[in-house]
Amino acid sequence: MSGGGLASVSLALAGRHLKKLRKDPGLFMPTLVMPLFFFLAFAGGLSAVGDTKDFGYPDYTSFVFVFVMFQGVSYCGVFTAFALADDLESGFARRILLNTPRRVAIISGFALAALVQAIANAAALFAIGAVAGMQISGSVPQLLTMFAIALVLNVVVTLFAAGLALRLRSNQAGSLMLTPIFIALFLAPVYVPRELLTGWLKTAAGLNPLTPLIEACRGLLVGNPVSVGLAFACAAGLAAALSVWALTGLRSAERSGLK
Amino acid sequence: MTAGVAAAIAEPVGDPSLATQVGQLAKRSIKKTMRQISVLVPGIVFPLFFLAVNSSGLSSATDIPGFPTDSYLTFALATSLVQAALFGVFTGGGALAQDIQTGFLSRLALTPMRGAALLAGQLAGAVVLGLIVSVIIIAVGLAAGATVAAGPGGVVVLLLLAMLFTLAFASIGVLAAVLTGSPQAIQPVFPLLFILMFLSSMALPRNLIEKDWFRTIATANPLSYLIEAPRSLLISGWDAEALALGCGVAALIAIAALGVASSRLRSKMLRA
Repeated sequence: MSGGGLASVSLALAGRHLKKLRKDPGLFMPTLVMPLFFFLAFAGGLSAVGDTKDFGYPDYTSFVFVFVMFQGVSYCGVFTAFALADDLESGFARRILLNTPRRVAIISGFALAALVQAIANAAALFAIGAVAGMQISGSVPQLLTMFAIALVLNVVVTLFAAGLALRLRSNQAGSLMLTPIFIALFLAPVYVPRELLTGWLKTAAGLNPLTPLIEACRGLLVGNPVSVGLAFACAAGLAAALSVWALTGLRSAERSGLK
Repeated sequence: MTAGVAAAIAEPVGDPSLATQVGQLAKRSIKKTMRQISVLVPGIVFPLFFLAVNSSGLSSATDIPGFPTDSYLTFALATSLVQAALFGVFTGGGALAQDIQTGFLSRLALTPMRGAALLAGQLAGAVVLGLIVSVIIIAVGLAAGATVAAGPGGVVVLLLLAMLFTLAFASIGVLAAVLTGSPQAIQPVFPLLFILMFLSSMALPRNLIEKDWFRTIATANPLSYLIEAPRSLLISGWDAEALALGCGVAALIAIAALGVASSRLRSKMLRA
């Protein structure tokens, strides 16, 4: 790996992480199983909510699927950052950084691994949703756009969690990575469209940058696109801000002796 | 070993009574948990977070014909109480597992301390903490506008139920601790039970669940009955059947878990 460029080191790191997942699928399963439980619980237990007046969305299973997919791709980002934190704690990351002139590769490598995981995760959840009978009336380009938004979310979450991992450099930081993501997802319109939310949650959902993403994906899934441009703008803004967060995390790790 | 426990064990005149042993260990258990902010804070914050999100996010569910109340906050308060009780897994089991791992249990085995006192002490600590958290949750719920159809007496029974449910979940934690002897091994028990809650009647009454397969799962899920007991006090008043089912299920969980745990603990202490 000595003297490798950004792309080659990123690829090598991503390959290493994905190989670990192949050898130990137990590392990947939580990112799929947890969202699946929520899918079962919401689509099965709450479907009557979809029949209420003013719900305005054609199918409750499709409605909750998008939230579940967002959970899945987010967990892929967070769990990959757990692995980064492990490498930082064990000293492996230090050895990588000593051997590469472009240290940003440690972020891009793990982000690439998380992205590959997220593609597999979203595809698996989509297949399960289709088998479960969710309504999919979006065109192929619309569905691809939906997946693109979900994958940008994955990058955003990975950058956030990697920034924390680089600052804390301990696998004890796991709950600090997961909890804000969990909360942010639940502060979006999870169970019903935003118009049916009441009180403080309606305000919080209106301010939550994930709300346009979830609303756009819900529209695209049933062939009725809404606020897709806004969704990409929010996602790009988050990605830009969190890139700075992750890069300053890398600087912090370097300053602390990770040179 | 804390000074209190040591003093209780080292009483010069005969063995300390069981009540003294339990009291000292309960005090120690409460103190230890109070110091563990990472257990205590989520135990309060998570149930309140879900109460806030669900009561605003699912308020339109009250429009479903046959929904038993027009306040989803009141409906969801019961779920929050059970969610809070779930943290008994950590407060009951975590400390005991740590005691086994650090060798504290082996040292206790050399004293007149009885295994039953150790279990009762851990459980008493967890139950007292469960009570404190439940008081906070009920107070926040009532302040936010929830009502208790069973009146002030209902609030007292809600607290008693919360204590019983915490005892049941703490017993599961104790069982996991005795079986594994590792605080890390307690960790997966909580998410498992947390997920199981989502497969219960926590979000809608069972008769309003549309999907047959989900209604079957919710009916088979013991957590549904734990939720429905306090919910009956909040929504419909005094419902003997719901209360009996909730208490019965919790008691069964506690008896089964503690039965196995105490026999395993006895053999562990004998070996030590």
